[in-house]
Amino acid sequence: MARQPDGPPPPPTVQKLRIRYAKRGRLRFASHRDLARALERALRRAQVPMAFSAGFSPHPKISYIGAAPTGSASEAEYLEIGVAIRCDPEAVRAALDAALPEDIAVLDCVEAGQGTGSLADRIDTSVWRVELPGVALAELQPAVEKFLASDVVTVAKRTKNGLKDIDARPAVASASAAVEAGCAILHMVVRQVTPAVRPDDVLAALAAVADLRPPSPPRAVREAQGRLDDTGTVADPLGPDREARPSVQEEHATV
Amino acid sequence: MTAELRTATGESLYPRLEPLLAQVQKPIQYVGGELNAQAKPWESTDVHWALMYPDAYEVGLPNQGLMILYEVLNERPDALAERTYAVWPDLAGLMREHGVPQFTVDGHRSVRDFDLLGVSFATELGYTNLLEALDLAGVPIHVGDRDETHPVVVAGGHAAFNPEPVADFVDCAVLGDGEQAVGDITDVVKAWKAQGRPGGREELLARLARVDGVYVPRFYAVSYGADGTISAVTRTRDDVPAKVGKRTVMDLDEWPYPKTPLVPLAESVHERMSVEIFRGCTRGCRFCQAGMITRPVRERTITGIGSMVEQGLKATGYEEVGLLSLSSADHSEIGQVAKELADRYEDSKVGLSLPSTRVDAFNVTLANELSRNGRRSGLTFAPEGGSERIRRVINKTVSKEDLVRTVTTAYANGWTQVKLYFMCGLPTETDEDVLEIAELAVEVIRAGREASGRKDIRCTVSIGGFVPKPHTPFQWASQASAETIDSRLKLLRQAINSDRRIGRSIGLRYHDGKPGVIEGLLSRGDRRVGRVIERVWREGGKFDGWSEHFSFDRWVAAAAEELAAFGVDLDWYTTRERTQHEILPWDHLDSGLDKEWLWDDWQEALSEEEVADCRWTPCYDCGVCPTMGTEIQIGPTGRSLLPLTVV
Repeated sequence: MARQPDGPPPPPTVQKLRIRYAKRGRLRFASHRDLARALERALRRAQVPMAFSAGFSPHPKISYIGAAPTGSASEAEYLEIGVAIRCDPEAVRAALDAALPEDIAVLDCVEAGQGTGSLADRIDTSVWRVELPGVALAELQPAVEKFLASDVVTVAKRTKNGLKDIDARPAVASASAAVEAGCAILHMVVRQVTPAVRPDDVLAALAAVADLRPPSPPRAVREAQGRLDDTGTVADPLGPDREARPSVQEEHATV
Repeated sequence: MTAELRTATGESLYPRLEPLLAQVQKPIQYVGGELNAQAKPWESTDVHWALMYPDAYEVGLPNQGLMILYEVLNERPDALAERTYAVWPDLAGLMREHGVPQFTVDGHRSVRDFDLLGVSFATELGYTNLLEALDLAGVPIHVGDRDETHPVVVAGGHAAFNPEPVADFVDCAVLGDGEQAVGDITDVVKAWKAQGRPGGREELLARLARVDGVYVPRFYAVSYGADGTISAVTRTRDDVPAKVGKRTVMDLDEWPYPKTPLVPLAESVHERMSVEIFRGCTRGCRFCQAGMITRPVRERTITGIGSMVEQGLKATGYEEVGLLSLSSADHSEIGQVAKELADRYEDSKVGLSLPSTRVDAFNVTLANELSRNGRRSGLTFAPEGGSERIRRVINKTVSKEDLVRTVTTAYANGWTQVKLYFMCGLPTETDEDVLEIAELAVEVIRAGREASGRKDIRCTVSIGGFVPKPHTPFQWASQASAETIDSRLKLLRQAINSDRRIGRSIGLRYHDGKPGVIEGLLSRGDRRVGRVIERVWREGGKFDGWSEHFSFDRWVAAAAEELAAFGVDLDWYTTRERTQHEILPWDHLDSGLDKEWLWDDWQEALSEEEVADCRWTPCYDCGVCPTMGTEIQIGPTGRSLLPLTVV
């Protein structure tokens, strides 16, 4: 039989908080694991009263939903935490934001609405903006058109088991080319499928269909995540929580 | 570019670096921005230090020495310190291709722009990484090719107690504790710059050579005799000291650094906060360079430790605190420190650990306090020698019975993993001494199963090749050859596996003897070894501490070719036993240890005589305290930690 630690089990989760944060600037080079470490330490510094799992190695209750790839910036990363004492979501947001490095910003924190379902179920699509330094709109535009006109665009993707061919086309719900300050910008809405189609894969697809090869590495930012509706809009995944009334009316502990 | 035209602007290289980062492994290690990192203005500070740990970021970032100096220097309004680490070959290749020089991770400034480049050598295997960094920085690797616009390259750390192998590449070496020395060096550089750099680089180095603890190799000439040994080391200027003594910080409570430890986003080798609870060790283990060169013992008080832990946890959010020293259970108030810290952090799940514990200082009460807050990590003991005989030779005396009893007690109290650390290739060692490690491990498992009533306990035997180090009684010893080490390790493996019923509970972790031979060459080498280092680096050698990068064959070939002209070879530096009156390359560098005392201790080792610890018994006259004007500082203080008031 597995041994159990002495003493009472840790206090249960009394409230779930859903958090949206951004990774910007230099910290776009942080991996998901890097960010997880930083967030867990920041929660401790901010003295958020985390709920812990039971056992010999108690872990704080945190679940991460998706993660932008290493090298990509994001304005819309999500996680959910369980706390052992009820908290004012805005106080948690401010405290966590202050405890994190400057290039990680905590943008939103809401209490999970009772009966609104899981956060992961409300996210199936990403909105991307990719800057392509050194590429002209006149090059990007036809490449995007050619890509959208194709039924299948096969690209080689690096996976744990070596290179694997995937079709990058079906995941891309929409894409368009623009220009800002002389730099071509690729806007796209990409469904979160398995295996994942990431901005790099779409760029590889543009190289495949139109021989578009940016002279320096493109910079991708995930601008939003959520559920894609029939009109092509991506809904705010925290919307249902904002609309739901708090489940229990209790005094908020200060953080 | 001429010296007159060049101005060090400290301009950020980040816009040029960023496109390269998208193409390399683990780019986070190059971007800086760690929690508690500092960004000071370039123009309004007089003296600019780049501090380098010459290994990968994940190894270098947690280094306490570098973190301490980074804070101490940045606290001065007139100084700025930024950090730089060895870059992996993938990025180094791109940097060369795109003309991006070695940079600091804080301000992404070119290392070339700094006044000083301080390099901390915890191990000699970082030497090739220094050459790589200098070359990437655009700094000539040879001291003679640098002008007054190039940074002064300063070596520190334990390996700096014999910097002779890197004398061609480092402008100076600082012996001993750096906290005060870096301040003195800063003052000298500041004054020289303010005066308009009189006398150029030569004058600056001469001024630095007069700073206590600073050794400038170029002002000392080395000549060799017909047998290849050193015949004389002579000063080339009479205004530099004949013998350079080490620095010693007294009263650790006055130096509570790091106050705000750096917390990386990237994974590092130590995911915890460390507090140094004392410095120095007088246990007198004869193989241990750290214990010899950091004398005397200086304890931080229980209240000093308590406030550093509290401040550090607030500043970092770490969940584990390592109570650091050369032998942490020897702190005079360790039981109380552990208990009171465990009480204080009971609710916040902060774990405590003692990274190095002696078998004879371990007790279950202490171990239980350390693991009270939820985490019971494995226990590590370091008997170092397999037999009682060899443990007398190395002066780390513990009987087999005591060892088995201690480890068994740990198993009986719920620990299931115990790691035992040993060395192979110790002076006078025979196959039998090493084979006793197997007997010991078998005994530990047998007794442990009985005491705990469990079959799933494990013991890991971790074993490394011994490398004789300067400033120790073993500095005269013959180093065992790689073949000897490898054959003894093979015998040990066979002995452990001979009884599978017990052997399956014993893990054996070891490295082959080859890297130790090169470490031996670099540890006890003289200036002639510099040519070997340079050649290895020119042929692509770097990251020598990493088995996937280390090439023994390249070192052996380079040593054969570069040393032949001097009539010496690799064996001459490693397996050759030195005689009593041979001038050793580091004899003009003073760790405070009396050479005659070291020699007597070496002779006592050979006759298997032990020497006691001067903390608890009368002084054995190693020479450090009178030479350096220092004294042992230990408790108990009788003070205790006050409970923190709950806000």
